[in-house]
Amino acid sequence: MDSAVLILLILLLPLAGAALNGLVGLFMPSYRSKEGLIGAIGTAMVTVPFLAFVYLFLAYDGEPIVWSAFTWMAAGDLSLDFAYRIDQLSLLMGLVVTGVGSLIHVYSVGYMHGDDGFWRFFAYLNLFIFAMLNLILGDNLVVLFLGWEGVGLCSYLLIGFWYTNLKNSAAANKAFIMNRIGDFAFLIAMFMIFKEIGSLDVGVILTEGLNMPEATIGWIVLLLFIGATGKSAQIPLFTWLPDAMAGPTPVSALIHAATMVTSGLYLLARLSPLVLMAPNVMMVITVVGATTALVAATIAITQNDIKKVLAYSTVSQLGYMFVATGVGAFYVAIFHVMTHAFFKGCLFLGSGSVIHGMHHVEHELAHDGHGHKLDPQDMRTMGGLRKYMPATRMTFLISTLAIAGIPLLAGFFSKDEILFKAFEAASFGFPIGWFAWIVGLITALLTAIYMMRAYVLTFEGAPRWPHADTLHPHESPASMTFPLWVLAGLSMVGGFLGIPAVIAHGDLNWIHHWLAGEGGPVAEKLFDGHVSLALEWGLIALGSAVAIIGVSLGWRWYTTKGLAFDETLKSRFGGLYTLWAGKYFLDEAYDKAVVRPVVGGANHFFAPFDKYIIDGLVNGVAFFTRAVSFVLRYIQTGNVQSYAVSIVFGVLLIVWLMLF
Amino acid sequence: MEVTLNWYLSLSAVLFTAGVIGFLFRRNAIVMLMSVELMLNAVNLTLVAFSQSLGDPQGQILVFFVMAVAAAEAAIGLALVIAIFRNKTTIDVTEFNLFKY
Repeated sequence: MDSAVLILLILLLPLAGAALNGLVGLFMPSYRSKEGLIGAIGTAMVTVPFLAFVYLFLAYDGEPIVWSAFTWMAAGDLSLDFAYRIDQLSLLMGLVVTGVGSLIHVYSVGYMHGDDGFWRFFAYLNLFIFAMLNLILGDNLVVLFLGWEGVGLCSYLLIGFWYTNLKNSAAANKAFIMNRIGDFAFLIAMFMIFKEIGSLDVGVILTEGLNMPEATIGWIVLLLFIGATGKSAQIPLFTWLPDAMAGPTPVSALIHAATMVTSGLYLLARLSPLVLMAPNVMMVITVVGATTALVAATIAITQNDIKKVLAYSTVSQLGYMFVATGVGAFYVAIFHVMTHAFFKGCLFLGSGSVIHGMHHVEHELAHDGHGHKLDPQDMRTMGGLRKYMPATRMTFLISTLAIAGIPLLAGFFSKDEILFKAFEAASFGFPIGWFAWIVGLITALLTAIYMMRAYVLTFEGAPRWPHADTLHPHESPASMTFPLWVLAGLSMVGGFLGIPAVIAHGDLNWIHHWLAGEGGPVAEKLFDGHVSLALEWGLIALGSAVAIIGVSLGWRWYTTKGLAFDETLKSRFGGLYTLWAGKYFLDEAYDKAVVRPVVGGANHFFAPFDKYIIDGLVNGVAFFTRAVSFVLRYIQTGNVQSYAVSIVFGVLLIVWLMLF
Repeated sequence: MEVTLNWYLSLSAVLFTAGVIGFLFRRNAIVMLMSVELMLNAVNLTLVAFSQSLGDPQGQILVFFVMAVAAAEAAIGLALVIAIFRNKTTIDVTEFNLFKY
């Protein structure tokens, strides 16, 4: 089949799905209750593009396909096409986005059942997929930016999906505004590129763009990275992501774990040859990534909301990916993007299943007259769910072990590769790599601990909600457990796409060949030397040991002591624990440093301006009109004959003018 | 003594002025309507006189239209006068000044 038709199909189907469900739902209220139909349309509009991607993937011959739909705008030197690029990188990302997206659509059919906004939800989800595909496939930065903003918009719409609660709307606003800061930097980077080389096509940037002055490249890459910190939730712009958990759980899984938040990494990987020419900025990226990983991991240990734990975990894992980007191993970052999409998608969907079950308990409690209130997301009121939700528990456990880095599961390969790359970079002239490596190891330990904590507090031990003997949650429907099993399966085997180089000298590392091999779109930083084989095995052993120690520590602490262990931690770490539990007080700091000065400044300077200048102008016009009319209105006597007199004089005047 | 165009025009001017003065100074609404008729007929007379003088029938045709309009106007005007009279038991136009200021 013609690849242009396929690309068109891939792009337009999600858009058509969004338009269909959104518009028909909007204008035909009777359509809204047809959940089966809405869900089927929504899911099909993502699954068919997935199949198209599979076809393109299988038929791909190593030559990038660039297809231009039409010229978007042409003005002076600027000519922009709606051009789309199919190459190794966009194919892989497209497969992940539409594949995981399809599963999450299926899951949403079960999860959103009975919600009044069912139609709206699927319309937004499809619109998100459309925007994300624009981001991935766009061949110039403007189309990419269109998708970049589009996913931001959909994220906003979906975080504030239950907009009747003010808290959700505030979270949506926060996400949107913080992303704007990053987008601003991204825009400036685009302006700089255009000023230097007069084009925004990826192909041109990666050829002519490499001849730009080194300082300019440095600034451009730094600005692109700042753009990425917004979308991919890195220090200092990460605080929106945990708040974004106000949205429905499938949204957290799709947008705030698997796809949208990785777009910053995608951008840097897409422009990797350019990034490689800015070694100073790469140091910044490494440091920011490593710090974010550690900071978020420490916060995650103290969280009691199951989704918040996963949200901070996502921030932490994104930090890992930026470490990989920072040491020049872009393909490893994309590898981790992929495995992370599997296991974090599974974890989020699992937490959604748990919330679904606990919601039932909450509902029962609210109606039995005891006045019990239950937060269905609070792990402190869970426990013992393994008995009631076996499928959820099993898949959650698998993906927990995967993210912890237990050998042979997906997270093990990608995380180990990141640590190894940091180590290698450090050994051969990139000293900041040591920092990243050590922080990465600590974070790996913390990750294993906090994930085991979340798992144990949720599924093991005895139930902690009121009336647990008579009241218990049920396993979720098959539409929800099926995606869980698929993602858990991928979390188990997904790592084998990137078998480390010690085995068969890297010949089996498929993802490296695919992305960074001959003719691949992703560059790679090459070092003067190689770490010896024995050392490499040693590092793998170290990584495995850290994961296993973390998991067993977490298991032992929280199965034996349960919630009480949090108190132990609190007393042992003291002020540090307060700092973690307070999320490093970043929100408070932003509130003091940015929000209040802006609001206060507005009150002090702009409120008077508004009051006296703007309002004064409006009132002045009104006052003037009134004063004039006060005089003029006496012409209107209400007497017919006085009007007739003026008509007669008017006629006489006209006649006089005509005659003389 | 031959009756020339000027005679007709003079009569027409006198009639029109009478109509204007009647409309402006009489307070009885019906008399005012009659004054309007007077003005219209003064115009009609002019039209017919010119038509005769120039040998062009267009003027006379126009008069038919004017008469049709005058009839319609008189019907509506009288209906209004009746409606006003039912409300205020007077047709003195100086009494009807609710639309002022």
